[in-house]
Amino acid sequence: MPKWADVVLVPLVSVIIAFAISGLVILAIGQDPWEATKLMVDGALGSSYGWGYTLYYTTNFLFTGLAVAVAFQASLFNIGGEGQATVGGLGVALVCLALPWPHWALALPAAVAGGALFGAAWAAVPAYFQAKRGSHIVITTIMFNFIAAALLTYLLVNVLRPEGAMDPATPRFPEGTNLPRLHQILGVVGIPFSDRTPANISLFIALAACVGVWALLWHTRLGYQIRAFGQSQPASVYAGISPVRITMYAMLISGGLSGLMAVNNVMGEAERLVLNAVEGAGFIGISVALMGRNHPFGVLLAALLFGFLYQGGAELSLWMSIPRELIVVIQALVILFTGALDNMVRMPIEWLFMRRRRG
Amino acid sequence: MDFLTILQILDSAIRLATPLLFACLAGLYSERSGVFDIGLEGKMLMAAFASAAVAALTGSVWVGLGAGIVAAILMAMLHAVASITFRGNQLISGVAINFLASGLTVLAAQNLFQQGGRTPALTGAARFSSLDLPFVETLRGVPVLGPIYAEVISGHTLLVYVAFACVPLTWWVLYRTRFGLRLRAVGEAPEAVDTAGISVIRMRYLALTITGVLSGFAGAYLATGLAAGFVKEMSAGRGYIALAALIFSKWRPWQALGATMLFGLLEAVANRYPNLDLGLFSVPAAFMQALPYILTVVILAGFVGKAIPPRAGGQPYVKER
Repeated sequence: MPKWADVVLVPLVSVIIAFAISGLVILAIGQDPWEATKLMVDGALGSSYGWGYTLYYTTNFLFTGLAVAVAFQASLFNIGGEGQATVGGLGVALVCLALPWPHWALALPAAVAGGALFGAAWAAVPAYFQAKRGSHIVITTIMFNFIAAALLTYLLVNVLRPEGAMDPATPRFPEGTNLPRLHQILGVVGIPFSDRTPANISLFIALAACVGVWALLWHTRLGYQIRAFGQSQPASVYAGISPVRITMYAMLISGGLSGLMAVNNVMGEAERLVLNAVEGAGFIGISVALMGRNHPFGVLLAALLFGFLYQGGAELSLWMSIPRELIVVIQALVILFTGALDNMVRMPIEWLFMRRRRG
Repeated sequence: MDFLTILQILDSAIRLATPLLFACLAGLYSERSGVFDIGLEGKMLMAAFASAAVAALTGSVWVGLGAGIVAAILMAMLHAVASITFRGNQLISGVAINFLASGLTVLAAQNLFQQGGRTPALTGAARFSSLDLPFVETLRGVPVLGPIYAEVISGHTLLVYVAFACVPLTWWVLYRTRFGLRLRAVGEAPEAVDTAGISVIRMRYLALTITGVLSGFAGAYLATGLAAGFVKEMSAGRGYIALAALIFSKWRPWQALGATMLFGLLEAVANRYPNLDLGLFSVPAAFMQALPYILTVVILAGFVGKAIPPRAGGQPYVKER
């Protein structure tokens, strides 16, 4: 099978199957899939307001998708993005509340460091147990998602909540930490953009992270070692690559990327830390990474698609009687067909190419 | 804390442990056959919805139970096709099943009942009612044992007793039957089972069917025994706690009973005392909720006895040519 078929055709066919079945699901609940698609495209891409939300969600999924992809390259399945992003939010919130920041340009690097550090720390424990004690990383990261949720509930209810406030959330972050929104940034170059969307400067951090991950994986020694370790552990051990070191590094980078997501949703959008701020973005990272074939460029495209689905899905629940959960179904089908049923799609395509070559 | 309070907490622990026990035994069959199953949560949720919806429509809890089991088997077969037939990644397949259930149940519930993703409240014959064991009233007067019998052991729904009966049954199937021997072998050394002329594929499909049946019971109990109807995301992480219990018990049935009872007890205590005051310090409810997960990580890390999963777990079997 030629390389383009492996990289483009197989995922494309998988995604088309996933969407076709989603269409059937919409039909089954008595709605018109064509109408729904039009509404989604219009709601997510038809106005700068729609684009603003689409890009905001895209930013979240870029971070979590890259996080899963880096771990996958080392053949580690990090399901803990949700927990790592939750704890990353704690890091960002602590940084924002620690000082009366005079300007966002000072607060942003500190928040980036805080989010990444906390996210990485939350990934460090499962990584260490996997590397040193052989406990399965999938199970431990799942457990750490629940522990993170419990930890955050405790901290928000008992520690971080201001006196007298009812809802479990931190106080508002000081004015000086409010990040510039996309309409302000685009306004500088004279492009009009809706000022009611949460898309903010984190989008550019996410894009930079994309380039950074690409450079790391294909242009550094560590990236080479991560990929080699992912391809074959015995071979990489034979080549002198330490499994403990690579497991730790890959998971720390992965956790750090998940934690970075908090710069977008906690600092950029909510401007305070609330319960369940991540809203499943950590899990969507799995679909994004699978669909993007663990390549930063693929992750970018997949994150954009899921950003579109998220915003479009919100419009659907608003204007048609289709619940938001439709996106969860689409997400599940994408995971199923691009991930678990990959061979089902791949085998017939391989067979077709074999036949053509034989003539 | 008086005697009656302790009995009430134990009683509620048994109720809360039942879905965990069903799901844990369900996972035991799958994982002992060498197929990792992190989709217990999804199968349970799907069964909960199917049983509640059908019970609400037909008014019969038995038809509902049947529907729940069928729904869970279908999900298990999806997992089987992906991970056995097409040799896909079992963990990814499990994740997909969890999301599929979480989305489909709400879509279907909204479409059928228009109540914001829930089913109507079940009443009368559409729910499992509690059973009184024989001689409850005559034995109540017996000191200590009488109240224990009346409060803790009697007065549960039928499914609770079925769950408890499944423990010795699973032990017997696993360690005293030919099927059980083959099941355990297929999870440890599938190539040896294949050499003996037994189909690995068939054994694993059978195991996953049993997983479907048991997680169907778990979901049906959740929606028609423990609660009165389906609510969005009602499994609330129980599938993962069951998975934790499975690891905690090191994939053995009697220990699974112990682990699920322990986790049920933790939940019951956390429900009753949101802030447990132990005199010197108080334990927040959040910590009690996180405790099953923390204990599992500790066990997995091998600090308290090592949990070693079945050797062939997670690897699709490829027949040698």
